[in-house]
Amino acid sequence: MPADSKIIEVAGLVRKFGDRAVLNDISFNVDRGETLVIMGGSGCGKSTLLRHMIGAMKPTSGLVRLFGEEITTLKEREIERIRLRFGMLFQSGALLASLTVGENVALPLLQHTKRSIDEIEDIVKQKLGMVGLTGFENLKPDEISGGMKKRVGLARALALDPELLFSDEPTSGLDPIMTAVIDELTLKLARGRGMTAVVVSHDMTSAFRIATRMIMLGHGGIVAQGTPDEIRASSNPEVQQFIHGEADGPIPLNLSQEEHEHHQHVKPRPFARARGRFHRKTA
Amino acid sequence: MSNAELLAFVSARTLAFCALNLQVRNYLQLNVSLLYWILVAPFTGQFFKIAPIFRQMVFIGVRAAPMVALTAFSVGVTLAMQAAHSLESLGAEMYIPDLVMITLLREMGPVLIAVIVIGRSGSAVAAELGTMKVSEEIEALEVMAINPIQFLVVPRFLSMMVMLPALTIFGNYIGILGGWAVCVSALDFNTAGYVLRALESAETWDLYSGMIKSVVFAWIIITIACNAGLSVEGGAEGVGQATTTAVVQALLAMLVMNAVLTGIFFFAA
Repeated sequence: MPADSKIIEVAGLVRKFGDRAVLNDISFNVDRGETLVIMGGSGCGKSTLLRHMIGAMKPTSGLVRLFGEEITTLKEREIERIRLRFGMLFQSGALLASLTVGENVALPLLQHTKRSIDEIEDIVKQKLGMVGLTGFENLKPDEISGGMKKRVGLARALALDPELLFSDEPTSGLDPIMTAVIDELTLKLARGRGMTAVVVSHDMTSAFRIATRMIMLGHGGIVAQGTPDEIRASSNPEVQQFIHGEADGPIPLNLSQEEHEHHQHVKPRPFARARGRFHRKTA
Repeated sequence: MSNAELLAFVSARTLAFCALNLQVRNYLQLNVSLLYWILVAPFTGQFFKIAPIFRQMVFIGVRAAPMVALTAFSVGVTLAMQAAHSLESLGAEMYIPDLVMITLLREMGPVLIAVIVIGRSGSAVAAELGTMKVSEEIEALEVMAINPIQFLVVPRFLSMMVMLPALTIFGNYIGILGGWAVCVSALDFNTAGYVLRALESAETWDLYSGMIKSVVFAWIIITIACNAGLSVEGGAEGVGQATTTAVVQALLAMLVMNAVLTGIFFFAA
């Protein structure tokens, strides 16, 4: 297999908060054109794993390679170069509240390309059209619904036509029809343009619709991985409980308070305020 | 005190010290990267955008003008009334314009207008950046390979560095107008006499020293506000705390720096 086909390589990734490993020895690869869905219960470390993949957090040990480059040791400037090649959809959309919807989508184009304003306007129209929001350019983010914000966030993530898309819960908060539209968009980009996608999701319908491969996280490690069919046929009771959404099963329901706080990363830390630097979290 | 207690006490102190140390380091880091983006980056082809600077100038400067005018006018009136009270008993009413002019240019102008700008714009900047931090907007910028310092802090910094001195000059004028109002309406001055007396006593250095002060204050206010905003953690409560921190720290730093600068300009020399 040529080295180029591996877009993401995660090897032996360990991330500890205090002395508890939220991620414990995670290893997987993502090949070009794949759509990987990462699933798992709330607080199992999905978002933490995603943050490591985009270089926003540094692992306690292990390595993360994007496009063949080891990002855990790169300087901020070099990470920026890699960040131009991927898009990220945040759970809340993370739109800039001071800009209009159109300006939000135009932002990466204005900052990183030398295109004319007319060209940028056309691209913005096209991207907003892709997520079903034609004509919303001039509204402010607080004038549209949560699901719309998320779709604008997706349009913005796609503005630079990235080779790789990270999505954090792209369909939560969307109605079933919009979920299908977003799923089809992901599929179209993946199949048509060969875009690679890494999607964190709870939504099993959507996950099985888009995934070419799935990973289930739990207990800080990978519980199961495989194609959607393999996951459906998995004999692991935790997997079965999760994909069928059953209350009874091997997955513990109530985390203790202390464990929960670890999960949420809000365990009071002595340096919390000072360490909360905007650049990167190096706890 | 048992050994364990002592150890706990010492380690708590050490932690508090390290936390403070980290805060100071973060603040210095912000200053360094700010200077980098303003002075070095333009030569590597990463010039900052001009339009957001003007937008911030309107917000920080132009919209603060009415408040600054009101403050400066009251200060001018107050100074003239106090001077009239004290100097009349010495038979030295003619020096009222001198006192109003020099006090405004050297001290009251720069300090009080900085206070207004801290309360109005410093808190707003801290709250705005803090809200952006908690709503993942800053992280989103970073993921889009847009540096938050360049994109958010540089325009605010530059507009503050221009607008606070500009507001100070504006406020000085209004303050002198306040003194004039008292002198002409309630005392035996005519306009020409007031203006001539005021101009005769003040030197250009009085104006310049005030301007230097307001440039230094501008630096202090905006870096403290941005730093407080960008270090927010933990939701709306964190934003509130950061805003308070920004106002209190900026006020204290500004007043201490004022004493230091007055010492250097007028006392040590």
